[in-house]
Amino acid sequence: MPQRIDGSGETVRFTFEGREVAARAGETLAAALIAAGETTTRDSVVSGAPRGPFCMMGVCYECLVEIDGVPNRQACMIVAEPGMTVNRQTADEVVA
Amino acid sequence: MNSYDVVVVGAGPAGMACATEASRAGLSTLVLDEQPRPGGQIYRDIEVSDPGRRALLGKDYGEGARIAEAFRASKAEYRSGAVVWNIDSEKRIDYSAGGRSHSVQAKSLVVATGAIERPTPMPGWTLPGVTTVGAVQILLKTSGIVFEDLVLVGSGPLLWLAATQMIAAGAPPKAIVETVPRSRYREAARHFAKALRGWRYLAKGFAMMRAVKKAGVPVHSDAADIAIEGEIAVTAVTFTSGGTRQRIETAHVALHQGVVPNQQITRLMNCKHRFDDSQRAFLPVVDESFETSIPGVYVAGDGAGIGGAKSAEMRGRLVAMRIAEKVGNRAGEAAKLRTELAKDAAVRPLLEALYAPAADVLAPADATMVCRCEEITAGQIREAVALGAPGPNQVKSFLRAGMGPCQGRMCGLAVSEIIAAAKGETPSTVDYYRIRPPLKPLLLSELAGLGAEEPREAAE
Ligand code: FES
Repeated sequence: MPQRIDGSGETVRFTFEGREVAARAGETLAAALIAAGETTTRDSVVSGAPRGPFCMMGVCYECLVEIDGVPNRQACMIVAEPGMTVNRQTADEVVA
Repeated sequence: MNSYDVVVVGAGPAGMACATEASRAGLSTLVLDEQPRPGGQIYRDIEVSDPGRRALLGKDYGEGARIAEAFRASKAEYRSGAVVWNIDSEKRIDYSAGGRSHSVQAKSLVVATGAIERPTPMPGWTLPGVTTVGAVQILLKTSGIVFEDLVLVGSGPLLWLAATQMIAAGAPPKAIVETVPRSRYREAARHFAKALRGWRYLAKGFAMMRAVKKAGVPVHSDAADIAIEGEIAVTAVTFTSGGTRQRIETAHVALHQGVVPNQQITRLMNCKHRFDDSQRAFLPVVDESFETSIPGVYVAGDGAGIGGAKSAEMRGRLVAMRIAEKVGNRAGEAAKLRTELAKDAAVRPLLEALYAPAADVLAPADATMVCRCEEITAGQIREAVALGAPGPNQVKSFLRAGMGPCQGRMCGLAVSEIIAAAKGETPSTVDYYRIRPPLKPLLLSELAGLGAEEPREAAE
């Protein structure tokens, strides 16, 4: 399991697939999800195989999630905000 | 539309230093950067990391604070969270920020978008739990996240740096699987004498290796035929080392085969590129002031060829000095900087020879997925070549390789290498994907406000 090495900062809570996830204020959704042990963020649009954040710097697009109903958002580029509703992106949500 | 003497894309060491120097020389300067805070990937979150985290990330990371402070204190305007998605031949830049699209006009454009990690196609590399080594460093820098079972796979200075940072953080990697063949040490040795000019880098390298040894991290050298196992996520990594097949169970694997210039913007603008055999990557063709084949378009930092953070900062400043000089403004002293830059580069030929990408990654097996977005295998690419596809753009239209949201960033170099090998040519003749706008997929709502102006924002 991933661990946090330093003291607790301010916590921001959002939901991922209906479960509550705690993020540190200012960190990205992808970092918070990985810290919570959630490594799968989307399904491949071709085979439906599971994928998860790969580069954490906005180039691979493996971290695409649906945020508050809007698909194709990069979880590694978006800072977690309180109350966000985040869901895995399924294969039928076509990438623009 | 707002217009600036200089627009810099990217706020890593090169971008920050360039903007600081340009505004010092009296040029109106705007910096656009995707991240919420300046630093780029090397100095990611440098402004918000506490002393504890800085200590374990090392002295070189701390250097970023000085650059970021100077940048913040400068007159340069800074727009964070700005994703550049098009630049036309007149240097009109379209970017989205705050959920809307905006345009600015640049008299000179500085591409400071740095490097990305080389694509590392191998069996199982798309499984959740597999990331780049850069990604685990970003997790540590931004969130203090570590893994107790991390296996580092590949080669290069960043692999060792990440290992020492994990050790300092109290979570040594479970193992390092290094793909450097033994024969490489002999080949690299001829660059050693020259590299001694960069003895600080060599000393740092040896210190990192000692730290790994002292921490008791198992290092599997000369590893090949790497495969990552798992059904819905990683469960193990297997490889051949020392003549035997080995298997390490883990849920977290980080891959690295060096970094390469991020070519998206220079390709989009049709700047000339060349294939560099030593760096094994495409580089934009630049003059000694880092101006590309398109007048007024410069590349500062690793985007013009990998040199590291120190070099990036110096190159950023040199670019600003050149732009200032061209418009007749007083520029800083470039000669001393150039001497320092040359000295800083002395270690590169050794590193490039020793840490050249693994053969397995350059020539993946037929069944290995190369284009992650569209799930195209190396075999399919070879087949397309056999059927007559002459280059990456035809492979793209035959197979959709490189047509997914990453726009070929994760497969482009590998595709060029595979096609070149299949045709008995070099990547230099095969060339690379043509890059078209938008550079990054946009939401329709972001396009809606295009053309609207916005108030200027100061760097502080
Ligand atoms: S993890 Fe690569 S784009 Fe988000």
